[in-house]
Amino acid sequence: MLKGSAMPPAALVMEGVDKHFAGVQALSGVRLTARAGEVHAQMGENGARKSTLLKILSGAYTPEAGRIQIDGKPVTISAPADAHRLGVRVVAQEPEIIPYVSVAENIYAGALPRRGRLVDRAALRAKVAADIQRSGFLGMIDPDQLGNSLSPAQRQLVEILRALSGDVRVIAFDEPTSSLSDRDSETLFALIKRLTASGIAVIYVSHRMKEILHIATRVLVLRDGQVVGERQAEETNEGELVRMMVGRDLSALYQRSAHSPGRVVLSVENVSSADVRDISFEVRAGEVVVLAGLVGAGRTELARAIIGDVPLTAGEIRVDGQALQLRSPRDAVRAGLCLAPEERKAQALLMKRSVRENISLAVLQRLSRWHVVNRGEERQLAERYLRELHIRTPSIEQEVATLSGGNQQKTVLARWLARDSKLLILDEPTRGVDVAAKAEIYAIIDRLASRGIAVLVISSELPEVLGLADRIVVMKGGRVSGTIERADATEEKILSLAILEKAA
Amino acid sequence: MSQSLPDANASTPRLPPRGALRRILEAIGVQNVSLLIALALLVAFIGGQNSNFFYSSNIATIGTTVAIVGILSVVQTVVMLLGGLDISVSSQAGLTSVVSAMVFMATQSAFAGIAAALVLGLGTGLLNGVIIIYGRVNAVIATLATLAAYRGLANLIANGRAQGYTGVDHVFIFLARGTIVGIPVLIWILVVVALLAQLVLHYTDFGRNIYAVGGNATAARLAGIPLNRYILAVYMLCGFVSALAGVLLTARTGSGQPTSGSQGLELQSITAAALGGCSMQGGKGTIVGTIFAVVLLGVLQNGLIILDVNSFWQDIAQGALLVIAVVIQQRRAGGRGIGLPM
Repeated sequence: MLKGSAMPPAALVMEGVDKHFAGVQALSGVRLTARAGEVHAQMGENGARKSTLLKILSGAYTPEAGRIQIDGKPVTISAPADAHRLGVRVVAQEPEIIPYVSVAENIYAGALPRRGRLVDRAALRAKVAADIQRSGFLGMIDPDQLGNSLSPAQRQLVEILRALSGDVRVIAFDEPTSSLSDRDSETLFALIKRLTASGIAVIYVSHRMKEILHIATRVLVLRDGQVVGERQAEETNEGELVRMMVGRDLSALYQRSAHSPGRVVLSVENVSSADVRDISFEVRAGEVVVLAGLVGAGRTELARAIIGDVPLTAGEIRVDGQALQLRSPRDAVRAGLCLAPEERKAQALLMKRSVRENISLAVLQRLSRWHVVNRGEERQLAERYLRELHIRTPSIEQEVATLSGGNQQKTVLARWLARDSKLLILDEPTRGVDVAAKAEIYAIIDRLASRGIAVLVISSELPEVLGLADRIVVMKGGRVSGTIERADATEEKILSLAILEKAA
Repeated sequence: MSQSLPDANASTPRLPPRGALRRILEAIGVQNVSLLIALALLVAFIGGQNSNFFYSSNIATIGTTVAIVGILSVVQTVVMLLGGLDISVSSQAGLTSVVSAMVFMATQSAFAGIAAALVLGLGTGLLNGVIIIYGRVNAVIATLATLAAYRGLANLIANGRAQGYTGVDHVFIFLARGTIVGIPVLIWILVVVALLAQLVLHYTDFGRNIYAVGGNATAARLAGIPLNRYILAVYMLCGFVSALAGVLLTARTGSGQPTSGSQGLELQSITAAALGGCSMQGGKGTIVGTIFAVVLLGVLQNGLIILDVNSFWQDIAQGALLVIAVVIQQRRAGGRGIGLPM
C-alpha cells in the first residue's frame, strides 16, 4: 500500500491478524508495518489489545488468522524460539529476572560462553561489559550484580541487553519508560536512535504522549483490537491521538435507571498504603462510583486496602460514619464491604466446585443450624440467583470451571448479593467477558445501585466508565488526579487526567 | 484440536456426560471404580494363589490391621483437603502411645492414660499448626521437622524402650480384641471415625469451608473464612486422631511403643489418601475414596505376607504405589507443567 521508492523497506509486516480469547474477539484484522530504521509507535487505551499484539509477535500467543512477513518473507511464529530465531525481540514491561544470579548470567542464560564443559566466566564478563558499553548503559549496571538487587530500571536494562543479543531485525518495547527515571529514559531514547540508525525496526508501545511524539516516526492507534488509524508523528498532535483512542460507541450496552444517592456508606479519608498515597473519596448508597485510570495506577491496591487485605499506613476508612479497623477481609465482609477481584479464577472462584457451592460460600454459616448446612435452602438460594442474574448453566451442580467468563462473574456477584453487602467493590467486572454478558453485568450493577447498594467499580475501559458511573475518581501513579461528575464527564477528560503530565 | 484454543480453558460449557453406564461411573467416581476393580483383581489373584486368604479369621486380621492406618488416612485426607500435609502423624502416635502407657502405669486408670494421650495429641497438633501459620513454614517441612522431634521426644521419655504393660487392663483389652456384634472394636472405631469425617465434610459449614480453603485460599479469605483458625483446628484434629491411633497401638501391643508399630504410618496414610483421589494441592478428595484405598493397601500387605513375599518388598510396593497414585492424579489434572511441580 505504501510502497513509495523513498520508503525504507518493511522489516516486519503483520496482516489480517485475528485472535480470540474464550469466545471474545481480542484482535481483528490488525495490520502493522514496521520499517527498518523507523520507530513505529502503538497507542491505545487500556484494553485496546496492544499487549496482545506484542504477545503474538513474541510467539507467546498464536493468532487464529493472519500473515506475518519478515524482510518480505512469510514466516510463522508459533513459539518464543521462532521469534528469537527470526530476529524478533520483545522487551517485556515486567521482565523475568533470575534472582540470585549475576546480571551477566541473566543476560546470557541458556547461551553462556563455554570453555570445554565449563562456563568461561572471563569471556562472559568481557562480553557483557562490551554489550553495556555499546548500548550506552555504562555506569548504570554492573555485570556482577545479583538479579535480586536490581532496581526496576536496571531490570529493564537487563531485559533490553538480552534482547540485543544475536541478529536483531525487529525490536518491540512494551512501555519501557514506566519504570525508568527521566535520565534513564533519555539513555533509552539514545539507544533507540542508534538501533534505528543500524537498520533495525523498532516498535514502541507507550501511553506517554510526549515520548511518542518525540521519538516515533509513525503512530498506530488501536481500539478494541482494531486499527483506528496511522499517522506520521510530525503531522499529528496530542489532541488528535486522544480523539482517535476514545470514541467507542457502546451506549447500547448500558441501561440506566435514575439513581438517587442516599447516605454516605463508604468514606475513604486521606488513606495511604504501600502503593497509594493520600486518597479521599466517598461512595453513597445507591450510587456507582468508578475508579478510572491506567493499569498500574494503584486502583486494585486501593481496593485491597479498603477491604483490609493490606494495612493502611495513614488515613481512615469509615463505613456508615463509623471508623473501622479492618485487619482482614473477614472484618470487611462482616462490615458489609465485599470485593469481587479482577482475577476471577485465581482469587474468587472455587473452579472445581459447583455453581451452588460458589454462590453460597460467604453465607454458609447463615444457611446452617448447629453447623449443618441446610441443603434445601442452599439450593433455593442458588436457584434464585440463577434466575435473577440469568446465570447460564445446565444446573446449579455444574462445575464453575465449565462456565463462560460472563457467567462466572455473575456467580461471583451472586455470592455477594446473597451476603446483603452494603458496598460492593467490583474490580474490572467485565474483563474477559463477551459483549452480551457485559450488557447483562451492567444491568445488574445498575439494579444493585437502585436497590440502595453502594457500588465502587474499577474499570480501565473508558466507555464502561462513562456508561456506569455517577461519579468518576481518576487515579494516576497511586494518587487521585481528579474527580468528575457524570454530567461533566467525557472520555477525553478522563484520559487526560489518567495519562497527561498536567491535567488539561 | 484445531477447534480448541490453547488458552480457552473456560470457553464453552461442557455438555453433561451421556449414557447410563457413563452416568453411573460419574456418580460413584472414576477414581473409586478403578480402586474397586484393582481390589477385585488383587483379591482374585491372591485368593487364586492361596485360598487361606478367604478364611474369615484372615479377613478379620486385615480389618484390624487397617484400623490404625485407616483412621490416620482419614484424618490425613482432611489435612490434604485443606491443602496441607501432616508427615508427623506416626511420631505423634508413637509419642502418645508411650504417654498413654506411662500415665496408665502411674494411675492404674486406663481412662487417665487415654485422656492424657488425647490431650497431648491436641497439643502436638496445635504446635504443628502454629509453626506452619505463624512461622510461615511450608507444611511438608514443618511436619517433617516435628516427625523427627516428636519421635525423639518419645524415645527420650521412654528411654528408647517399650513402656509399661497394659495387657491386664480390661479397657485396653476391649479396644484391642473386643468385639461388638461380632465385629472387632478396632473396625468399629475406624467406621465411626470415617463416618464422622464424612458427615462433617459433607454436611457442615466447617467441612465445606475446608474444601473451599484447599480449593482456593484467596477466594476463601475474601469470602470471610478465617483461614488460620481452620488450619490450626485441622492440625489439632490430626494430632487428636494420631493420639487415638497411639492409644490403639498401646492396646494392641500391650505397652507404650515409641517407634515400633507406628514408624511408616505417615507414608501409608499419605499413600492411601493420594490413591483414594485426594489432590496434593488440596480441595479435592473424598473419605470414601480413602477408605477404598486403605482396604486395597491392607489386602496387598496381607497378600504379600500370605504369599510369603520378602517383607522388604512391601516397602518397595508402598513407595511405588504413592508415586503411581500421584502420577495418575497429575495426568488427570492435565496442563503442562514448568519447573518443579508444586
